[in-house]
Amino acid sequence: MLTLVPSPLALRFGEGSGERFYYFDKQLHMTASSPTLFFAKPQLQALLNELRGRGYCVVGPTIEQEAIVYSELQSVEELPRGWTDEQAPGQYRLKRRDDDAWFGFVVGPHSWKKYLFPPKATLLSAEKTETGWAFIPRAADSTRYALLGVRACELAAIRIQDQVFLNGPYQDPIYRERREQLFIVAVNCTQAASTCFCTSMNTGPRCERGFDLALTEIDEGFLCEIGSDLGRDVVAACSAAPATPAQLQAAETARQQAVDQMTRHMDISDLPGLLLGNLDHPRWKEVGERCLSCTNCTMVCPTCFCSSVTEVRDLNMETVERERVWDSCFNPDFSNLGGSPVRNDTASRYRQWLTHKLDSWHDQFGTSGCVGCGRCITWCPVGIDLTEEVAAIRETPTP
Amino acid sequence: MTSAPPTPPALQPLHANPWLTRTVRIADVIDEAPGVATYRLTLDGDTDPAAYSFIPGQFNMLYLPGVGESAISMSGDPTRSDGWTHTVRVAGNVTKTLAGLKRGDTLGLRGPFGAGWPVEELAGVNLIIVAGGLGMAPIRSLIYHVVHHRNRYGHVWLICGARTPEALLYRREYDLWRQHDIDVHETVDRATADWTGQIGVVTTLIDRLRLPHPKQTQLVACGPEVMMKYAAASGVRLGIAVERTWLSLERNMQCATGLCGHCQLGPEFICKDGPVLRYDHIRPYLFVEQL
Repeated sequence: MLTLVPSPLALRFGEGSGERFYYFDKQLHMTASSPTLFFAKPQLQALLNELRGRGYCVVGPTIEQEAIVYSELQSVEELPRGWTDEQAPGQYRLKRRDDDAWFGFVVGPHSWKKYLFPPKATLLSAEKTETGWAFIPRAADSTRYALLGVRACELAAIRIQDQVFLNGPYQDPIYRERREQLFIVAVNCTQAASTCFCTSMNTGPRCERGFDLALTEIDEGFLCEIGSDLGRDVVAACSAAPATPAQLQAAETARQQAVDQMTRHMDISDLPGLLLGNLDHPRWKEVGERCLSCTNCTMVCPTCFCSSVTEVRDLNMETVERERVWDSCFNPDFSNLGGSPVRNDTASRYRQWLTHKLDSWHDQFGTSGCVGCGRCITWCPVGIDLTEEVAAIRETPTP
Repeated sequence: MTSAPPTPPALQPLHANPWLTRTVRIADVIDEAPGVATYRLTLDGDTDPAAYSFIPGQFNMLYLPGVGESAISMSGDPTRSDGWTHTVRVAGNVTKTLAGLKRGDTLGLRGPFGAGWPVEELAGVNLIIVAGGLGMAPIRSLIYHVVHHRNRYGHVWLICGARTPEALLYRREYDLWRQHDIDVHETVDRATADWTGQIGVVTTLIDRLRLPHPKQTQLVACGPEVMMKYAAASGVRLGIAVERTWLSLERNMQCATGLCGHCQLGPEFICKDGPVLRYDHIRPYLFVEQL
């Protein structure tokens, strides 16, 4: 590749130093390993209080508009306790569980990216002065988020967005500020939806790294693994005790259930390569006829990072803010060049999305852009399933 | 996880916050052709001569508050220390608003961004430079570079094409370039009564070149995408390897740093990996419709 500009990436990490996930691991200092702890369910409120007391805005799953979404939590009473989600291509329904599980569901339409890469953010403002335009950088963001209930696929998604926003030659300052202050309480899945395929993407269901604390829910309480010194300090508020062998075994059984329930699969043995090698495949046209180009898949995707900048001006044009908003490669004007889109039909836009997500993402960021969370399958109004599209292209590759 | 990670060296301000926008003032405006003007932009009070350095082929984001931003290549001399020079054609809202500004007015600027012409790799060999229309703008920076380091380059052909004679940019400088042993050829699509030169597309001029050493020749091109594809193909026919062919591409650019996703072509972010890209890297994608 052409490298005329010295790459800060190379400066920072050295060639092949293996320090790819610098930011991800940075905040997770741990001076000594700790045994897995156990605490009773009501103690989760103590954890929440401790985080709030330390100045964190705690966000986690709650029910809004008949879906489990992520929102600010004051109390564990706001968790979707006793609820689960039934998911299938183009379908999402909440259902009462026959038990009182606190985390007995998988992932919904929201992802944590809305806290790290906000859907709308001011980048800078311009003010008219006597000597001309002055540009004022945005004020630093002091919000500290604690994410409660991050699943393994979502930890992987954060790791991927770290790669996009922090580990290239340019960093996104908004993402960096929020990421550096982030506290993560992961929760291991104990069940899988029909749309889940994290085992194919090697991203779950077990939370292995990248958290401050990781919980596994069993009937009598939560097992808690410690991932950072800060996590150890915080969990001290929960009256936790070392887990018993029986509790450890129960947690293992619960986690295995998620693995056993996983039915969807995506073969990634020929990715990257398969899709970029089949850019003229007739399947693109076929899926383009089903796809509504509605952008849902990109909005719910925990790794999609495309954005646009809009001008927000006051009436007399003396103050203008530059606002970044989420965008999608499915929007026709996304690829506008000289007044008309490069990707003029839905087939070309679907092809862009899927080849980027599963194929060229590897070239760009050294990882797939897919974590196997299944959101794009569930929230597609016509139930397009990317695992099916990949399989169809593989079945009859273009010569 | 048990040991502290290495502390990375501090990032350059623009790399830590690519949205850092500086105020620049229009120092002068030169009308080049109908709807095309060259602007020299200066920072207020900044006297650091290195402030305006860039690599030929790079671009700045020019920002008109309330209207938007546009990626515009530098068209000036990279060794000049009295501002950035941009040649702009009125094409959309940003460039239209810019055209309405006058000397002394201010606007915003971020940059420089992107990978420019590979001036080191181009040295030591014969060079065919192909420019179509406004594509001449980033090419001119390269020509300045070649002129400043003339002994490092072999035979240099400059083939410029435009729709009409008056759309050929910087013609007043051609004689100066010829004095520096640059073999300037020009062609237009539509001649006017006073035109005595070539008529036709740039590729006919490329096809006619007698290359003494095609394997020691490189080709660079900037212009409409279709022109560049044909220019690269003509180069290949003359024996110039695809690894020695470089094109400067254009796509929708908003962040200029590979973070907004708009400018992708296959695995390349045109803003960050390009705009100058090696032909063999992009050839698999360049000919796919609507990619």
